[in-house]
Amino acid sequence: MKLPSALSPVRRYRALGFPYRAPSTPRGVEPAPREKTTGAHYDTSWARRLPARMARAAIVDGPMRLVVSGLAAPDRRGQDRLGALEGPAIFAANHHSHLDTPLLLTSIPEPWRHKLIVGAAADYFFGTRVTSVLSSLVIGAVPIERSKVSRRSADQAAELVNDGWSLLLFPEGGRSPDGWGQPFRGGAAYLAQKTGRPVVPIHLEGTGRILRKGRSLPRASTTSVTFGRPLSPRDDENATRFAARVEAEVAALADEASSDWYRARLRAHAGESPGLTGPDGGQWRRAWALGDRSRSAKRRTRRWPDI
Amino acid sequence: MLDVDKSTPPILFHHGEQFRLEKLPADRSRVIYPAEPLPGLPDPDESIRQALLNPIDDDPLPALLTPGMKLTIAFDDISLPLPSMRKPDIRQRIIEQVLDMAAAAGVDDVHLIAALALHRRMTEAELRHALGDRVYDAFAPHDALYNHDAEDPDGMVELGLTRHDEQVTMNKRAAESDLLIYVNLNIVSMDGGWKSTATGLSGYSGIRHHHNVKTMRESKSFMDRHSSELHHSNWRQGEVIKAHGPRIFQIETTINNNTFGYDGPLHVLQKREWEWTARDRATFVGMQKGLDAMPSSARRKIFQGWKAPYELTSVQAGDVEKVHETTLEHCFAQHLVPVEGQTDVLTFGLPYICPYNVNSVMNPILVMCLGLGYFFNMYRGKPLVREGGVLIMSHPTPWEFHPVHHPSYIDFFEQVLSDTTDPIEIEQKYEKQWAEDEWYIHLYRNSYAYHGVHPFYMWYWGAHALQYLGRVIIVGGDPRSVRRLGFTPASTMQDALEIASDVVGPAPTITHLHNPPILMADVT
Repeated sequence: MKLPSALSPVRRYRALGFPYRAPSTPRGVEPAPREKTTGAHYDTSWARRLPARMARAAIVDGPMRLVVSGLAAPDRRGQDRLGALEGPAIFAANHHSHLDTPLLLTSIPEPWRHKLIVGAAADYFFGTRVTSVLSSLVIGAVPIERSKVSRRSADQAAELVNDGWSLLLFPEGGRSPDGWGQPFRGGAAYLAQKTGRPVVPIHLEGTGRILRKGRSLPRASTTSVTFGRPLSPRDDENATRFAARVEAEVAALADEASSDWYRARLRAHAGESPGLTGPDGGQWRRAWALGDRSRSAKRRTRRWPDI
Repeated sequence: MLDVDKSTPPILFHHGEQFRLEKLPADRSRVIYPAEPLPGLPDPDESIRQALLNPIDDDPLPALLTPGMKLTIAFDDISLPLPSMRKPDIRQRIIEQVLDMAAAAGVDDVHLIAALALHRRMTEAELRHALGDRVYDAFAPHDALYNHDAEDPDGMVELGLTRHDEQVTMNKRAAESDLLIYVNLNIVSMDGGWKSTATGLSGYSGIRHHHNVKTMRESKSFMDRHSSELHHSNWRQGEVIKAHGPRIFQIETTINNNTFGYDGPLHVLQKREWEWTARDRATFVGMQKGLDAMPSSARRKIFQGWKAPYELTSVQAGDVEKVHETTLEHCFAQHLVPVEGQTDVLTFGLPYICPYNVNSVMNPILVMCLGLGYFFNMYRGKPLVREGGVLIMSHPTPWEFHPVHHPSYIDFFEQVLSDTTDPIEIEQKYEKQWAEDEWYIHLYRNSYAYHGVHPFYMWYWGAHALQYLGRVIIVGGDPRSVRRLGFTPASTMQDALEIASDVVGPAPTITHLHNPPILMADVT
């Protein structure tokens, strides 16, 4: 067969036909259903093998760390609270921005940092083959269903934790739409109960100023990452109650980051820690109240000496 | 303990920020090594919690905390532990738990005070290291975390007189608190007990009753609290504090001998010489040659940067005296080494650090204090060396002072020691003038200087040894500095032993105290 030389390479390929192209389905034949290979069905096991782990470690400790330092200038606190922690853990943080994951990947200390998987929204990060590969390789993501309760996601995550992998989750289920937090879902608490591993509460502050939801270009600012003491579910505590305790602890860490440790502990013990979800009311009132929590709000006015 | 024979390898002597290997004469020398580090508590935080909830002869801490109360937490200063320990410091671990209980009780009025007596103030970095950023950031910006100021005219109170007419003074905030919690770190048996509050939160008018030549000469030794006049005086002051001062909840801790680590660059210093592997020897030679080639400032920076991986071996809380007795048991379990009989010549190498030169310079007065004060007194029963015997120490003893930390030391060295080295004469002729000097007081209060009287105390610390010993020889020291101290310089250990033979005869018995890590000889 002689192809007209004026055709473009794509057209020339299309003109080649079977067997160079996929066969067409004969009419009257019911095609076999295609097995989904993206979303929650994407197999990420290749990203936990040694070559991918080494590549990820090079990315995290190289360019990712540089970008995070340049954009977020993180102030990392409370890492010493993990001193007595042995074995894998479930890290649970509040969520403001796409920057949260790189910030945490570069903040979670060894030995957990390089044996860490990140629970990522299956519908967002695993929507296509390309995003699936990139998410698995660069951040060690595993798909988590957030639109429905999925035994598959939870079982896979629990299995990996039992295999010695630590898990990073954002229990709010998505980035904050307005700068305030959202109620914690029970996934991290459920996994802690299922695996017997503790949850490490983490509070992130400032990433929303850099790349909040809806913005495409980042703007450099300062951030803080505050680690809390590992929490384990009590005997009389179900996943819902434990999730509430994890949320309260993250709220106490938020209070600590915006005031100081002792005042935060006083309020935490009195059950008066400011909530993560902000006040009820109109949008402007929530936005207004947000200003009180920013770090600049706690700057003390200069006191002039008494003369 | 090792009896030296011809097959014994040369013995390690610390020599400031350097090291010497010295061959000791066979068949009449012995080496006393420190005990192996005791195992650390498996869960320090839980042990601390249990100590606070189940105190000795006192109510559980949460029961003592009430809303609206005035709570003061005092803690040991930069002089403990030596060297500084790796993070998290024990003080941080304890104080965070204490504060968490105080927060649960709703206590708003909390002050934290570094109980430094007449020592220099701690810097922000040092406070952050000891207490952690969380505690520092919560209290320091509100002026609720600060250094004790013994010269603040409005900040001290008189609590009364002891039955021996000794004045008792105390930090006003601590004295007027509803509860004073003292967080102690016992590195040696001298620390803790009533000394924590009676000295740590006191001023010159209280401290002078036990930091004097008579008391120090009658403290045999001041590492053995029951035979120490220093401690008897502190305990008498404790009676007054108990009667007229605040309620005290004492928290004491002990650490093990893991000063240089089980591995890492300095671990060889924790091993006996005959156990050194080829790798250890290579490490040591490399370290020794490298240090010898460096300027002293670089060597100092390296060693002052070392953070010891100490592990907590005990924590107890509650009644001051009962807690302290338990602490002493743990302390002695780590440090005491049984030794039979005294020796004619005692040798030791002085390391780079003592309680008063953390992040600073070990000046000649501190060399004297560490050698004749601390190391000489590392005994229970009777001194390791016989009366009239010779002490041989190894240290470069440079004529060098930290101008910010030790201004009064410079003048003491230049003016007082050039006149006399007799402690009694020094005490009578010069102490008051230095103690009340306005400039030294200003530097103590506003800079980072030791109090004007502090070099006197360093000299008194060695007063018992000065009176007891026949001669003191420093090997490898700057001859000018050594002579100013009233001691004899020697270039080598051989020279030193020959000089010593003038005092103790031609073939004296020799005992080497292989310290640090810390050991205390139980001499019978």
